[in-house]
Amino acid sequence: MSVIVFTAILLLGSYFAGLLGSLTGLGGGFIIIPLLTLLLKVDIHYAIGASLVSVIATSSGSAAAYVKEGITNIRLGMFLEIATTAGAFTGAILAIYVPTQFIAILFGLILVFSAIMSLKPKAEHIIHKETYLSKKLKLGGSYPMNDEVVEYSVTNIAGGFFMMAFAGIISGLLGIGSGALKVVAMDGMMRIPFKVSTTTSNFMIGVTAAASAVVYFQRGYIHPGLAMPVVIGVLLGAVSGSKILVNTSSSTWLRWVFAVVVTLLSIQMIYNGIEGKI
Amino acid sequence: MNRFKDRDMQVIIGWILRAGVTISMLIVFIGGVIFVYRHGQSIPDYRKFKGVPYFIHNTSGVINGVLNFKGQAIIQFGIMLLIATPILRVAFSAIGFILEKDYLYTALTIVVLLIILASMLSGQAG
Repeated sequence: MSVIVFTAILLLGSYFAGLLGSLTGLGGGFIIIPLLTLLLKVDIHYAIGASLVSVIATSSGSAAAYVKEGITNIRLGMFLEIATTAGAFTGAILAIYVPTQFIAILFGLILVFSAIMSLKPKAEHIIHKETYLSKKLKLGGSYPMNDEVVEYSVTNIAGGFFMMAFAGIISGLLGIGSGALKVVAMDGMMRIPFKVSTTTSNFMIGVTAAASAVVYFQRGYIHPGLAMPVVIGVLLGAVSGSKILVNTSSSTWLRWVFAVVVTLLSIQMIYNGIEGKI
Repeated sequence: MNRFKDRDMQVIIGWILRAGVTISMLIVFIGGVIFVYRHGQSIPDYRKFKGVPYFIHNTSGVINGVLNFKGQAIIQFGIMLLIATPILRVAFSAIGFILEKDYLYTALTIVVLLIILASMLSGQAG
């Protein structure tokens, strides 16, 4: 396959990955890595490098829009970034020593978990009770909704912090945003309103990915021939995705299709990992 | 004089992120066009991990390649800017917290920057 054909295939594939990733909220990395490794037989380290670069582009691009709306909790993001960047650093170091087979299997498992998480209905919860730590760290906040200001507070900060460190390790090891794990920490454990947790998690993904990308870059995992079509394709796809207004019924439908696709991909990844083909 | 507020920080952070992504993607695109134009017919092989081509294996190599209009070097330079974008955002937040006189968060932000620096240095060591 010549460079021009290879680049065209990757551009198109990455565009759809970015589009689906944006419509379902799972991010483009979930399709990019299987596309590169299973279909195009690219070494998994190159695939992780390219995916990581696209994660930085999409999360920074959309964070720019969210931050202006004033929903993102910058203090909360900053505090948790200590956990995610430390985790990402650890993950990038681990990636050097962990056998690629194991990386493929882990990728498959996280993929299934994220698909299940994306199908779960989101329960909104707003708590007002201030804990000592939340007050000290000024983690509570407010956001505008229909001309009203919604105030909220944060709980279980230690638990959320450790979950974030784990999300960082996974992000650094697999080259994905690991948004699903961040949602577990912020929605499930810290009880942050859904709107705030989604935008703040997205805000943190870019820095988290950058913390491991500096390692990947220096080790030669980020190849220009692969990263170029992937990052352009995913970003354009994500931009188109954000322009499409999805009504709730078709969004549920889309999530199911995506969940099925993702499950099939993850079975492939796990199978290839066990067989040692990756 | 108006005090520096969270709202100002949000506007500036939004601006940094948008500008960083736009500029770096433009550079990656230009590099990509040059690369595909020159090497369109060659056969790439990414099956085995071999790192990146030697001429762009470090920063000075990338800069040199950019000055010589090498497609892959220009792409790599754009990617470096893209990786720097969120880091720059963190650095700016530190300044913002200093202006807000929020010293606790200035310290927390510096910790994040130090972790990224450590990560950068560890990559160089290996």
